[in-house]
Amino acid sequence: MSREIGYAQIMGQRDEIIKASLGIDYGQYATGALAFDYERLLSDTGYTIDKVRAVQSRTAVGNTPLLELENITALVRAVAQPGKGARIFVKDEAANPSGSFKDRRAALAVCEAKNRRHVGVAAATSGNFGAAVASQAAKAGLRCIVVQEAFDSRGIAQPEIAEKTRACEAYGAEVIRVSVGPELFFVFLCVLKESGFFNASLYTPYSILGIETLGYELAQQLQQQCGQFPDLVIATHAGGGNLTGTARGLKKAGAVDTGVVAASVDLTGLHMASDHDFNRKSFTTGHTGFSMPFTTWPDRADVPRNAARPLRYMDRFVTVTQGEVFYITQVLAELEGLERGPAGNTSLAAAFAIARELDEDRIVVVQETEYTGAGKHPLAQLNLAKQLGIELRRGDPRDNKPGQKIVIPENPSQIAVTDIDLDHVRRSYLRNAIESLPEGVRLTGVDVEFLAAETRSSKDYIQEVIDEMS
Amino acid sequence: MTELVAHGTWVEIHKIALVAGKRTAQLPGDTRQVPLELRVKGFLVADAAMGDEAEIETPTGRRLRGRLVATNPAYSHSFGPPIPELSSIGGEVRAILREQGWIR
Repeated sequence: MSREIGYAQIMGQRDEIIKASLGIDYGQYATGALAFDYERLLSDTGYTIDKVRAVQSRTAVGNTPLLELENITALVRAVAQPGKGARIFVKDEAANPSGSFKDRRAALAVCEAKNRRHVGVAAATSGNFGAAVASQAAKAGLRCIVVQEAFDSRGIAQPEIAEKTRACEAYGAEVIRVSVGPELFFVFLCVLKESGFFNASLYTPYSILGIETLGYELAQQLQQQCGQFPDLVIATHAGGGNLTGTARGLKKAGAVDTGVVAASVDLTGLHMASDHDFNRKSFTTGHTGFSMPFTTWPDRADVPRNAARPLRYMDRFVTVTQGEVFYITQVLAELEGLERGPAGNTSLAAAFAIARELDEDRIVVVQETEYTGAGKHPLAQLNLAKQLGIELRRGDPRDNKPGQKIVIPENPSQIAVTDIDLDHVRRSYLRNAIESLPEGVRLTGVDVEFLAAETRSSKDYIQEVIDEMS
Repeated sequence: MTELVAHGTWVEIHKIALVAGKRTAQLPGDTRQVPLELRVKGFLVADAAMGDEAEIETPTGRRLRGRLVATNPAYSHSFGPPIPELSSIGGEVRAILREQGWIR
């Protein structure tokens, strides 16, 4: 924050600041020009699933209820073909101490900060993760700084982020609110350098290992409740950590045949770094503005190697509209008595549509809820949208146009998902990967193997795409 | 004479982190035209007038300087009025379940 520190100077020190704030030497995991040993990066932390569970249980994180949404399932069946309409369950992650699954990743980050004898933790996040880190830091007796992208150039705060500011401050954190722009990272680097605090990044191994317990628990809970693993798990997808951690946890519990679906709110047409668009998104997370760039190039994160690598784990990637998520949020409150979300309900909207395609004996699990409250609520988002001139009406959700009109379905039968072509996503990933290569550096066999694992494809596929590109 | 805010008061400071011309190149035009601003809250270290440069101590014990812009700043986010486009959804879906005989 010192006035004399220049942008270029700090960005030039990026690698050393990140290394000092995390204590991870990412360079040692490189195995090729692009390839690195992903599993060793995670396992070198020493956190097994049992150890993570032990850390989380010390602060009442995890072991959240898995609830069957019987009324919503009945509504799905009312609009489905006879014999169709899978059972929908939800993991009520709002029951975590700060109200979301982010406590799982924060618990491990803060535990690690303490082990490494830092006096505090810092996180760059406008979302639930900030409150989670602040809550965990309070319990651990550590100081906490949260840097948020919070308001536009007119000084209008995004209401959901304003609530997160309040929550972080309630837990005793210092909150640095920043206007719109990716240079938030510059501010964050200044904070890390000046404070010497641990970097509770969303993309470290700790942040992903912390979420594995979510997938692990839900697989075990469903096994106990219904004698089977889920047929599908649907995760609201933004930066990729939620999906990656959950999918890894499912596998560790033995649920290797469970399909994993990524669901995002479609924000096509809005620019994530635009001051004008900032308050016109009506969603702060779970949207394509994060999920597309992070799926097609995870290493754009604030650490050299992102431990969230969603393309390795997703079987299907779908989008829903803003209006559909607001609609299902209302349905969840009024039919199930659960006032949650709204952003976390992205996966519920997708589950509603997908359950309708499946047989009645199938089971779909929505893997999270989040707390709701002032600002963090459909009413707050839609009142702001109206104030900014966004049209709001009931109608066909296909007419929804982010930033211009929000169309709330007239009937549950209108809720549908749009599939994103995974082949297209894989090709985007590969284009980004190859463009990231320094001039003159060529891919090795190890790299081709790595890229095949990254995209869940084959070496032949990688070769074919590379040939096409050149 | 300008009234001073007493030291120890919970306040907010504001500062420009990057002026409009010094921002990163990869920005859409609208964002490039405005500065990167910061706002932080803490306890005022010494008496200061609103709008003046002031120092705060944040909850982490850090001392930061910026323009004093608010005292005891309010949390003004709320729910706002009910949204008519949402208000009738509950009744509609309950009617569907009633038709199915799922609820009475």
